[in-house]
Amino acid sequence: MTMATAHERRPRGPKPRRLTAGRIGIYAFVAVSCLFFLMPLYVMVVTSFKTLDEIRMSQIFALPSHFSVEPWVTAWSSACTGASCDGLKVGFTNSVLITAPSVVLSILAGALLGYSLSLWRTKGSNVLFGLLLAGAFLPYQIFIYPLVRIYAYVSLYGTLFNIITVHVIFGLPVMTLLFRNYFSSVPIELFKAARVDGAGFWRIFTSIMLPLSTPMIIVAVILQVTGVWNDFLLGTVFAGQANWPMTVQLNNIVNTTEGTRAYNVDMAATILTAAVPLLVYFVSGRWFVRGIAAGAVKG
Amino acid sequence: MSKIATDLGRDAIIAHREAASGQISVSVRDLVIRYGAQTVLDRMSLDIGRGEFLVLLGPSGCGKSTLLNAIAGLLDITDGEIWISGKNVTWDEPKDRGIGMVFQSYALYPRMSVEDNMGFGLKISGLPKAEVKARVAKAAQVLQIEALLKRKPAELSGGQRQRVAIGRALVRNVDVFLFDEPLSNLDAKLRAELRVEIKRLHQDLGNTMIYVTHDQIEAMTLADRIAIMKGGIIQQLAPPHEVYNKPCNLFVAGFIGSPGMNFLKGRLAIAGDTVAFDIGDLRIPLHAYERSGGPLVDGAEAVLGVRPEHISLGDAASGDDGGRRFRTPGRVEMVEPTGADTMLWSKLGAQSVTIRVSADVAYHLGDTITLALDLNRASLFDAKSGERL
Repeated sequence: MTMATAHERRPRGPKPRRLTAGRIGIYAFVAVSCLFFLMPLYVMVVTSFKTLDEIRMSQIFALPSHFSVEPWVTAWSSACTGASCDGLKVGFTNSVLITAPSVVLSILAGALLGYSLSLWRTKGSNVLFGLLLAGAFLPYQIFIYPLVRIYAYVSLYGTLFNIITVHVIFGLPVMTLLFRNYFSSVPIELFKAARVDGAGFWRIFTSIMLPLSTPMIIVAVILQVTGVWNDFLLGTVFAGQANWPMTVQLNNIVNTTEGTRAYNVDMAATILTAAVPLLVYFVSGRWFVRGIAAGAVKG
Repeated sequence: MSKIATDLGRDAIIAHREAASGQISVSVRDLVIRYGAQTVLDRMSLDIGRGEFLVLLGPSGCGKSTLLNAIAGLLDITDGEIWISGKNVTWDEPKDRGIGMVFQSYALYPRMSVEDNMGFGLKISGLPKAEVKARVAKAAQVLQIEALLKRKPAELSGGQRQRVAIGRALVRNVDVFLFDEPLSNLDAKLRAELRVEIKRLHQDLGNTMIYVTHDQIEAMTLADRIAIMKGGIIQQLAPPHEVYNKPCNLFVAGFIGSPGMNFLKGRLAIAGDTVAFDIGDLRIPLHAYERSGGPLVDGAEAVLGVRPEHISLGDAASGDDGGRRFRTPGRVEMVEPTGADTMLWSKLGAQSVTIRVSADVAYHLGDTITLALDLNRASLFDAKSGERL
């Protein structure tokens, strides 16, 4: 390197001041925002470990004087939802049974649809995609009654199959959009090379495109797991009482009208229900960044 | 290299070649490609000989890649037929056409190792694992990428990636190789290196190769014949030296050569049998010019094309060469050294011309020189139609 360029590389202009009024303002805002969102969580956590007596006596911000896991156990295994008193565990199992297949199927279907719409471009594929997109922006509610009638007609209403297929259908527009746009960014030459090599529709999908889409699959998993797990409306309508997901059970526990309101149990139940999406965020967030950083289509 | 080529089944290739009827490898017949209202190729016909290296050369948007993709079967054609090795493959899948293709962006499968990349097509076709491995190993040997077989594409340099891509086409023992601007993503040095390698590969394998590029050096160095395209039409289809020395129209003349051909605008002056070219007051007799048959009309506007190396510097009184050279005084207006040669700029009449001279002699601004135009090697074009006269 010559002297001239070495000189150029030195910082120019006055040294920026570390602490300016604007900077303090930004930090203050961030701190307040954190407090705003963390406060309810804090209250929930401390309340869930208190006994009912203590909740009635003390300040809501105080730490429990005597830690009790009793509310958590109750919430999980014996809280009453209307007639039955089996706690949230039933709802948890139901939610897993609903979420797992819904997520896998909707991602597979979305990836396949996005793949065929982006790379194979058959006649009318753009129209189909437009319709699908429109579907993403239509409110759920208008589909509910027709869907109820259709499923009832084929005697599948209120079954696990019902709720899973409904989730797949409603997940499809966004999943397709996600994968179509992702596959559109894959160099078309990759697709051409595979065709020259003799790979067909399915081979290109499974051997080349799907392995490329790890980052997109992670995004899709985050979206779908949280979306399906947090769903309340569709679960209430389509799952049938025996298959009610955790969210519906939670509502029934919290809104139960009999006896005194067990705040500690309610809080524990709420945290339990929120645990899965939270876990997904924490775990997959790291993978998400890693997936993006790995560079999906490089080379 | 040649030993390995035999390993790769040269005998098989030759046997196959002889078995197939005729000497034509790829035949494009009345090909039409239309996207909506836009016609990219309009009734194009082109025959490519067995073992020929044909370069499709042209500016972007001229339809050269479209033609290549149509031959490969990667896009739907509107009308016409494509024949490869004596078989109508117009509606065949790319894999059934006996072609291998190399792309500009390498198009290696990112999640597969080099080995798997090269063997992918063979694996799909159901070849036994051992056979796939053997063929990949041979191709890797030819291309000197044996050490890279276990790597992923992301761990390779651009030149290495393109070698792998060529290897992927190589293992399939195909009749026809298609190259879609394979060197455009490489830096100048690597480009020259791989260019030589592709040429050697062609010499050793003897396959038909169709090569798309916008780089005239690649076209000149590699091609048996060059098809220069513009606006979906082949302007000239000829061996490199002919394209260079006898361009059929102004577009070809201007496209090939760097620095470009000098175009002198003027008028034809015809008196009896003698043809001359008037630039202002300057009259250039053209009896040394080899006519190409176009009609010569007295007073018609025309363009005289002279390549920079076909103008030499001499003194005004140098020996008689039968009027082959036309001499006129000039003055050095600019000096551009390029290393091997030096480009001089001068005026001829009122028009600027570039002259390629040896770099050994030093020229200075304002030097008085004598330009000697070699009219035997010049090109004359009709100014309106651009056709060679």
